[in-house]
Amino acid sequence: MKIKSNKPIKIRKFYFRELNILIALIVLSVFITVMNPKFITPFNLQVVARQIAIYGLLAIGETLIIIGGGIDLSVGSLVALTGVLVALFMKNGIDMIIAIILVLIISSLIGLWHGFFVTKLNVPPFIITLGTLTAARGFASVITKGWPIIGLPEKFFFIGQGYIWGIPFPTLIFIAFALLAFFITKYTVLGRNLYAVGGNIEAARLSGVDVDKVRIFTYVFSSFLAGITGIIIASRLSQGQAGVGGGYELSAIAAAVIGGTSLSGGEGTILGTVIGASIMSVIHNGLILLEISSYWHDVVMGLVIVTAVTIDIWRKKKR
Amino acid sequence: MNQELILKMEKISKSFPGVQALSDVDLEVFKGEILALVGENGAGKSTLMKILTGVYQKDKGRIIFKGKEINPQNPHEAQKLGISIIYQEFNLAPNLDIATNIFLGNEPRKGKIIKLFDYHKAFQESYKLLNLLTLNLSPDTLVKDLTVAQQQMVEIAKALAQKSELIIMDEPTSALAGKEVQKLFEIMKKLKEERISIIFITHRLEEVFEIADRIIVLRDGKRVGELPAQKDKYDEVIKMMVGREVSVAPKPPTKQDTIILEVKNLSSKKIKNISFYLKKGEVLGIAGLVGSGRTEIIRAIFGADPKIYGEIYLDGKKVEINSPKDAIKLGIGLVPEDRKLQGLILNMAVFENISLASLKYLFPNGIIKSALEYTLAQKFVEKLQIKTPSIFQKVVNLSGGNQQKVVLAKWLALRPKILILDEPTRGIDVGAKAEIHKLIGEMAKEGIGIILISSELPEILALSDRILVVSKGRITAELTKEEATQEKIMQYAII
Repeated sequence: MKIKSNKPIKIRKFYFRELNILIALIVLSVFITVMNPKFITPFNLQVVARQIAIYGLLAIGETLIIIGGGIDLSVGSLVALTGVLVALFMKNGIDMIIAIILVLIISSLIGLWHGFFVTKLNVPPFIITLGTLTAARGFASVITKGWPIIGLPEKFFFIGQGYIWGIPFPTLIFIAFALLAFFITKYTVLGRNLYAVGGNIEAARLSGVDVDKVRIFTYVFSSFLAGITGIIIASRLSQGQAGVGGGYELSAIAAAVIGGTSLSGGEGTILGTVIGASIMSVIHNGLILLEISSYWHDVVMGLVIVTAVTIDIWRKKKR
Repeated sequence: MNQELILKMEKISKSFPGVQALSDVDLEVFKGEILALVGENGAGKSTLMKILTGVYQKDKGRIIFKGKEINPQNPHEAQKLGISIIYQEFNLAPNLDIATNIFLGNEPRKGKIIKLFDYHKAFQESYKLLNLLTLNLSPDTLVKDLTVAQQQMVEIAKALAQKSELIIMDEPTSALAGKEVQKLFEIMKKLKEERISIIFITHRLEEVFEIADRIIVLRDGKRVGELPAQKDKYDEVIKMMVGREVSVAPKPPTKQDTIILEVKNLSSKKIKNISFYLKKGEVLGIAGLVGSGRTEIIRAIFGADPKIYGEIYLDGKKVEINSPKDAIKLGIGLVPEDRKLQGLILNMAVFENISLASLKYLFPNGIIKSALEYTLAQKFVEKLQIKTPSIFQKVVNLSGGNQQKVVLAKWLALRPKILILDEPTRGIDVGAKAEIHKLIGEMAKEGIGIILISSELPEILALSDRILVVSKGRITAELTKEEATQEKIMQYAII
């Protein structure tokens, strides 16, 4: 009985964390709508929803890695590499489904590579994923020799351009993975162990948690999601291009951090990250609707990230 | 003898939450004297020295140095006054050379407007100091290329460069080999001739009688005696060091029939040829000083540190333990030495910490059923009387004693066959201590084999059925409950 009476306390606390940024998102949306009512048109909302999917997919992977005490700088470049690869495979007559599966296997293996270096060889995650950041994009350029790979099969375009019940297909993919990640973090032993590893890796190890397995999982999952994102973008652009995804890793980290994920590990929620990715996308879209020069976009994003993190730290200290 | 006082500490008191670390301690040091400060782990030696060097602030009392009352707020201030401390772990910058290290924070300057570091002067001064310490090294040698003994000399040179008149050496011989110890003693004698005073903290009594002039003994944060450092006072010093007045309710007798754990010739980096057994329902105490290798023994058994050699038998069967995961699967639990760094995920809730080790056994398909998890946690919160507003409270907000109970609950939830407790009552208040003592008895009664490490001899004596004494990585004695006394344990611990 006692247990049951305690339960609501937990639930209230849980939602409170995300409430602040949810309010920020709503205020932001209202503000942009007032400044330019176009924001709320179905077409624009579709644009925003698709953008959220791109940031969000990468941010989910990044969130899990950061909760476990790591970081992944490679996802932007992996988006480029996987996009080029899926185009290359199809261009060479491989069936679309098989091409997609192959690309996802390759991207997962790259994640396994990261996890192996981090856990078994003790290479800092920053370094090993920085290596991939450079190498993966380089490899993508080697394959394309600077030219986009075009002439892909028509049925491939649905992934990035299609709609179901008016919702962009990428958004549906994103929702599916967000639900999966939410379930993992909240209701599985793996997820719990992930928070434990990020919170205190030595205590987790001494409690019998397979800390290596948990960390490797996050790197594989993140790279896998980068593969999904790469395929979506290639489909959206109808081509494989080595230049896409530049700086996406930082947007993904920013979305996670705005959503309350702590860079020191052990803290963060998928719900927060989804809202964080939404805020990023809405601001991005808002700047376009307010006709602010695109040169200013990165400046604004930088300020938003610093503000969000500072408020979060300040709020924690006060508590 | 010219008895000129250089330092007088009067009625120094200091308390930390839940512990009175020092009460009304007096300490005086004469000019050109080597004073040995001895006492068990936790007697208050370090706290007293930290107050003297400004690391901690005293609650009560006066410090008079060279006739003036002082109140150092930090180590730098104490250093400026002429008091230096040399810790067991040196505070040297390994990538800088000797001269730069000696004058770090105290650099000779040159130039009028922009005051540059006068390396030339530092080099020459260092050269003189190294000569004085009979250290045949060039001042531009990098510190990382020095041996431990040489680094210690650099620390001493650093203290001399700051014109220290009182040097505190905290266990300076613990990392040194026999020959190096003799060299250190020669240097100490030399410093004495220079009329520099030394406070020498050590566990090795033979060394005290060899080098010190006078001994002050601390116990439970009180000064219990002062003696001249003469060989025939050996037994008297030991008697003063132990004989603590803490009373621990003895463990009621338990049924002990079968041997559940047997360790044969276990060796690792810091332990040599450790062999012992543990019976079902038995409490096996492991006594020894901090750094004696007692923690390393149980970490090697638990798979937390790699073992180099040795065999472990569980219920008569040989087992391979290469990680804590393996040990836990076999039914062994470990309450580690440092609950905050090793025992708990501080930012997690009470229930999450309690279930952490059992999750994968409770939920083999990997999906957590919250209701079951909450019930488990609630059961142990009630059973161990953990004082927390709810199982959803973060453990960081609990008191030390309740935190430790959460760690215990984590292992009890697994129903272990063997539970290893490393300093289970360190830094927790008296009430919680008594509760944990009672719990140890109850666990043994349920048939769990318990290995108990503790620096508190009364605790070891009251709770253990059998006691192993460890010194320098070896077992130096095995004592039965009947024959064990504080004096006996201490004698074998400082061998």
